[in-house]
Amino acid sequence: MSETTGRDLPGEHGQPEQAAGDAAQQADGPVAPHRVIGTPSPAEARVMLPERDQPPARELPADPDDPVVAKKAERVVAVCFVLSMLAGLGFIAAYVIFQVHTISGTRNSNLALGTTMGLAFLFLGIGATIWVRRIMPQVEMTEERKPLASLTEDRAEFAETFREGADASQFAKRPLLRRTLIAATVPVAVAPIILLRDLSPLPGTSLDHTVWRKGMRLIVYGANRPITAAEFSSPGGMITVAPEGFQDDFDAMAKAAVIIIKFRPGQLFFGPHVRPGGPTREGTVVPNWTVDNIVAYSKICTHVGCPAALYEQTTHHILCPCHQSTFDATRGAEVIFGPATRALPQLPITTDAQGNLVAQGDFNQPVGPSFWERS
Amino acid sequence: MSWITARRRHPAAGYAVLLLGLLLVGAAYAVITGSGGTAAASSPTPANAAQIAEGRNIFEAECATCHGMFAQGQAGIAPSLIGVGAAAVDFQVSTGRMPAAENGAENVRKYPRLDTRQTHAVAAYMQSLGGGPAIPSAAEVSTSGANVGLGQQLFTADCAQCHNFVGAGGSLTYGKFAPPLTQSTPTQIYEAMLTGPEAMPVFNNTTILPSEKRDIIAYVTATRAEPNPGGVSLGRVGPVTEGLVAFLGLLLFMVLAALWITAKHGKRQVGPHGESES
Amino acid sequence: MSVEHGLEGVGRTLDDRLRAAKSVRHLLRKIFPDHWTFLLGEIALYSFIILLLTGTFLTLFFQPSMTEVVYHGSYIHLDGVKMSEAYASTLNISFDVRGGLLMRQIHHWAADLFVAAILAHMLRIFFTGAYRKPREANWLIGLGLFTLALLEGLFGYSLPDDLLSGAGLRITEGVLQSLPIVGTYLAFFLFGGPYPGNDIIPRMYILHVLVIPALLLALITGHLFLMFHQKHTQMPGKGRTDQNVVGAPLYPYFMAKTGAFFFFTFGALALAGAFAQINPIWLYGPFSPVSISSGTQPDFYMGMLEGALRVMPAWQWVIFGHTIAFNVLIPALLPLGLIMTGAAIWPFLERWITGDKREHHVNDRPRNAATRTAIGMAAVSFYGVLWLEGANDVLADHFDVPLYTITWIARFAVILVPWAAYYVTKRICLGLQRKDAHLLEHGIETGIIRQLPNGEFIEETRPVPEEARAVLEYRPEYPALPAGSDAENVPAPRMRGAVGKLGERMYHVVTESVPLPEGNGHGNGHAAIEGNGHDEHPATVGAGASAALPAGDEPPAGGRAETDDQDDQAGL
Repeated sequence: MSETTGRDLPGEHGQPEQAAGDAAQQADGPVAPHRVIGTPSPAEARVMLPERDQPPARELPADPDDPVVAKKAERVVAVCFVLSMLAGLGFIAAYVIFQVHTISGTRNSNLALGTTMGLAFLFLGIGATIWVRRIMPQVEMTEERKPLASLTEDRAEFAETFREGADASQFAKRPLLRRTLIAATVPVAVAPIILLRDLSPLPGTSLDHTVWRKGMRLIVYGANRPITAAEFSSPGGMITVAPEGFQDDFDAMAKAAVIIIKFRPGQLFFGPHVRPGGPTREGTVVPNWTVDNIVAYSKICTHVGCPAALYEQTTHHILCPCHQSTFDATRGAEVIFGPATRALPQLPITTDAQGNLVAQGDFNQPVGPSFWERS
Repeated sequence: MSWITARRRHPAAGYAVLLLGLLLVGAAYAVITGSGGTAAASSPTPANAAQIAEGRNIFEAECATCHGMFAQGQAGIAPSLIGVGAAAVDFQVSTGRMPAAENGAENVRKYPRLDTRQTHAVAAYMQSLGGGPAIPSAAEVSTSGANVGLGQQLFTADCAQCHNFVGAGGSLTYGKFAPPLTQSTPTQIYEAMLTGPEAMPVFNNTTILPSEKRDIIAYVTATRAEPNPGGVSLGRVGPVTEGLVAFLGLLLFMVLAALWITAKHGKRQVGPHGESES
Repeated sequence: MSVEHGLEGVGRTLDDRLRAAKSVRHLLRKIFPDHWTFLLGEIALYSFIILLLTGTFLTLFFQPSMTEVVYHGSYIHLDGVKMSEAYASTLNISFDVRGGLLMRQIHHWAADLFVAAILAHMLRIFFTGAYRKPREANWLIGLGLFTLALLEGLFGYSLPDDLLSGAGLRITEGVLQSLPIVGTYLAFFLFGGPYPGNDIIPRMYILHVLVIPALLLALITGHLFLMFHQKHTQMPGKGRTDQNVVGAPLYPYFMAKTGAFFFFTFGALALAGAFAQINPIWLYGPFSPVSISSGTQPDFYMGMLEGALRVMPAWQWVIFGHTIAFNVLIPALLPLGLIMTGAAIWPFLERWITGDKREHHVNDRPRNAATRTAIGMAAVSFYGVLWLEGANDVLADHFDVPLYTITWIARFAVILVPWAAYYVTKRICLGLQRKDAHLLEHGIETGIIRQLPNGEFIEETRPVPEEARAVLEYRPEYPALPAGSDAENVPAPRMRGAVGKLGERMYHVVTESVPLPEGNGHGNGHAAIEGNGHDEHPATVGAGASAALPAGDEPPAGGRAETDDQDDQAGL
């Protein structure tokens, strides 16, 4: 490799010198030695001046490597392209023939359209690949890399031009201009952010409350009817409930969804939390806000807000399917496994005059995932 | 060179590595797939005296060893069946879960050991012992005229978190799982909701009304039967299997195509003037 | 000949206005090296184009609105059900537009393939060291593309407003909300109020169809332009040096190959759209904040974040009336933050450690850069453990493993497995290097046994053929550590202080390799290396870590004052 022209290594500094060939390349018009591909030495290049009335020598061979193989391959490729064309026509036909509007119709249409489209493209690709590999003559050519760093004098020229421009603009010499320009651009740059203010109302204290109020009836979600304690009588029972009137209000339900669970007498525990949680609004004791061994917990997981609804009757665990936070329903839904850090808030419930389950008020703490302002 | 590297060509080296690998995998498997707690069951419904007598015979032969001679249960082994009702027995026995083969985390659906007549007999006997929910009639589980949309809403609110959005099943804690609903008959679905087998909660007929149960059954049976218009369903469990297919199917295919396209096939060197050098 | 006349006419017309003849000719003859791993980026590129095409089709039918409607379309199981217009229009596309379901499925498969290909491509670049000078900017652009692709996918699959993706949005909101001080504001501003609000779908829509694709296009253009301008790297081999590119020209070879590859990509995606159902939103049902399904996972590329959320124990601080939810913050910020930040600074860190400031145009074989490969595998295994944990409930159900057990295993594995992967990978790489050195020294075993006159049996070997020899001999060259000043052994400025000592230690770890056998030290035309700065005195290094080096774990000292001047090749 020592015959590469006297060029320095690609390095982090500019190029100190350049070969004659590089200078020639920058000139306009056909000038020898013109080196684009290949690495002839300078001596050879000077000898090999291409003459203007002679056609330049071929760089790529014109014929395939093996004509017999190429002939066979040509037929194969032609078949591939014909199949592709047929598949493409098949696609158009399938579109016209296969109707949707039923599940099985959709399936047939999807199969037909997808298969024809896929085959059309695949055959094109297969044909093109065989063409390149068997019909085109295989070549391996070499191209020179010039070092990416510019030549030193080019860099110097650039620096000079830049400096001249800077001087001409007087930017550097007039601090008043400079500073006032910068000062002018700051508010304009900040303005787009200001414009985003009305994307939303401020959170305020809205995260602290839900729509639950004293006396609101619990209605079975989906069925949209109230439920009495006498009806919800089977130990081991669980159902999702919503505050009356808010079943279809997603904004409300995202915090107000509740599950009620029926226990046998003696199963519920009302003593100190195993995990006290410190001086927080949750308190250190499991509150007894139940009625008839029915307890109501927020369905919104305190981890990141998925509905935590997987109730296992035998273990009394409420498992959230998203990240496996597990709450003990007999102990105030305190956390026993998983990433959640707070127990599910308990909704205080009682019965009204007709025996329907009603809320005694809102939750005593924010529902759902933790946030900075939550104490 | 470290000690292990120096002995890499020892005749026993390969065997040692293989043995170590087997031991590690076996130990890991044994540790991981531990067993969990015991299962539990629930309620039935009654009929005539001959049936009840037959039922008692079957019970004493097949069930009493775990559940006790008088169905009172044994602590740590099997729960009491007093008051579970014929529906619970019908569910457990017709799905093959009972008689249970072993005391594990959960009983799985198997080929039933008792035929329908025997099942109804045991169910009648259980009903006679302590009452409880009866086996639903055909009319009660018929899905004609059912509101599939409401069924979908109820199912996703109260069932999908365990059983998955189409009833393909899901895992619970300690080795339990909510089974797929692909093989459950409408009667079995009704009974399961009504009696809350094992870890499943109880949805009695005043919590989810019979008509609503029928809507849910209609949703489950219609959805599991419907064809997959997009092609193979990949298990209907969601993006996990889709991601697997994307990597092991699509990306692998593309890599194979790339290998083919770029494979060297007798490439010859070409000099700057087209002369060949090989 | 009329076609040629026609083409000539067109060419002349254009050239009269553009003066393009020389530059286009240069472009047509541009050499592209050929290796299958170089096509991984193309998979991503063509998937992106297919995403644009199918996505445009979808925008003609999709309604990005959360207004509630009652469905009365062809999917009768949801007849009469209340749902958002977004969901209803997706049902419409699937069941009432011919080719609609196919376009939806191709679009989604293409999105999965896009990210999978980016991952594969990124790993290839990393393991072959193609991010080194002059390609650091392209590496950073690539990381930007990766992040944008993740976001684009997240918004894309959340647009239909179904139960599964809605759960993902809820998790996004919960994570945002947990950020200290600004969390609730960010969550509210994104959703236009309390969750779910009425604004998130239309807002995601414009991000998904306009803003992020525009950014992606701009970055992809820059990415490709840089690759064109700097020329593609090449794998080591005979005749390949840092000063040339060996391959086949763009016209007609590379054009044909890359065109074929585009058809393969489109064809594979179309067949996937035909045969493999993806994102069946009609089965998930419309979104409701009250409902959830078991086996709720995001698309695979978000799986790492999901796994991080699941593996995290319950840690939080409540200080002075404020909550810092580490159980959410750490999974959201740490794993992806570590990997992205690590990846972004790695080229510069490696450059600082090794002192190697040269241009690199020949790729390393992963085995020859053992520490880099090992670190890459550690990162991959870290990602992989979290990924698997993200599917823990599906794994528990499918493989009959208790649910919590998987999480407990993951909690330890996420720390231990990367370390193990690092160690194992490094030893494997060094072992492979040893094998290569052995091959070079002893040749290939032919299986022919000969008996010598004195009765000894030997196996004949033949020397490694030239092409393979060139590949085996190619080794990364690291400049020597700067030596101290002669007199009192004062260390060079770069090596002083705690940072300098750490750098020195890391140098030895990073450059650890098995030496080539003696006499094989000639690289393939890469020149001897200058020192790494102006003040240190240069110490030339023989190409490859050749000559008189102690066997065993002692790393080859980069600086050998007794240079082999034969290595002054390539016109120094």
